[in-house]
Amino acid sequence: MNKVQNNRAWFLILPMLLLVAFSAIVPLMTVVNYSVQDVFDANTRFFTGTEWFEAILNDRSLQAALLRQFAFSFTILAIEVPLGIGIALLMPKRGWQASAVLILITLPLLIPWNVVGSIWQLFTRGDIGLMGVGIRELGYAYNITRNPTDAWATIILMDVWHWTPLIALLCYSGLRSIPDAYYQAARIDRASRWAVFRYIQLPKLTNVLVIGVLLRFMHSFMIYAEPFVLTGGGPGSSTTFLSQSLTTMAIAQQDLGPSAAFSLIYFLIILLVCWVFYTAIMNSQKDNTAQGGA
Amino acid sequence: MEWMVWTLPTAIFFSVIAVILLGMTAWELVSPTVERRGFLPIATTRGDRLFIGLLSAAYIHLATVGFTDLSIWLALGISVLWLLVLMRWG
Repeated sequence: MNKVQNNRAWFLILPMLLLVAFSAIVPLMTVVNYSVQDVFDANTRFFTGTEWFEAILNDRSLQAALLRQFAFSFTILAIEVPLGIGIALLMPKRGWQASAVLILITLPLLIPWNVVGSIWQLFTRGDIGLMGVGIRELGYAYNITRNPTDAWATIILMDVWHWTPLIALLCYSGLRSIPDAYYQAARIDRASRWAVFRYIQLPKLTNVLVIGVLLRFMHSFMIYAEPFVLTGGGPGSSTTFLSQSLTTMAIAQQDLGPSAAFSLIYFLIILLVCWVFYTAIMNSQKDNTAQGGA
Repeated sequence: MEWMVWTLPTAIFFSVIAVILLGMTAWELVSPTVERRGFLPIATTRGDRLFIGLLSAAYIHLATVGFTDLSIWLALGISVLWLLVLMRWG
């Protein structure tokens, strides 16, 4: 058990550590400092202690925004992950078709967030938008500025359209890395299509799915530009997510103390959820290895 | 450093975190951690347990400050106790 480990390689990450210190750690410390004070200008500031945290945690509209945020993130994950896996399974494996499909699938990922918002804003307009007019012609009074359900459905549809390709791409690369020998063995055993998916493809996809789910969760939990452009958080506040509440507080109202406290709570939630996801998925994998599986 | 609007409590907080990290590094050099299973449902290393302890400490403080009238020092006491229990038996 007394294995000597040489840890000197860790020194190689020192430059990165310095960079991160300046770009993330120092600003984060500043946010912590702001969260316990009322800062007016360079010379005028008062220590408030835990007052901001108390106010933020008991703010009804922020609590509602948090619930909405979780509902949104879990809905899009529940749609995008299975859909992405399905698309990856259907994608052609070689030849020019594979390249063509890859490019087509990647297109939505290349569009900037606010442009996606504008595209969907036009697309869903009741007077000129293809989707808006189309649905109205079918007899449903579709209106994302009036009806919260329509707004929600549209934002989820927009996110699925924008980000399912990411999951599909990750899964596609995961599927490509499975050696043919596995499929040959499955064929010898006369394994069904479902058994091949469940016991060969899905276990091999776990790694990429961890990354996919984490990325999508963090992205969606911080979503800002798309709903802001599409619905502006409305109707009412039915599609106001956390980042938008935070921006309103920090930029529009210049409440630096409360928004610092808010950011820290926001950060802690993301940290917790990501850690739980990561641990859960990594652990299920460890159990598989222990049993001698894939 | 003036732009970072330091206060005494936050300075103490970050110093303690820095000392803990340095201490953990020294401890690791003296006796490397062994991944083991305690009362937590997962096998953890020393660093994992510290992370879990600190993260739960943050939530304990938030819950105390936000939803009770209890003193924040009580939250601190519980957090330290919980961290020690976690490090030893977690």
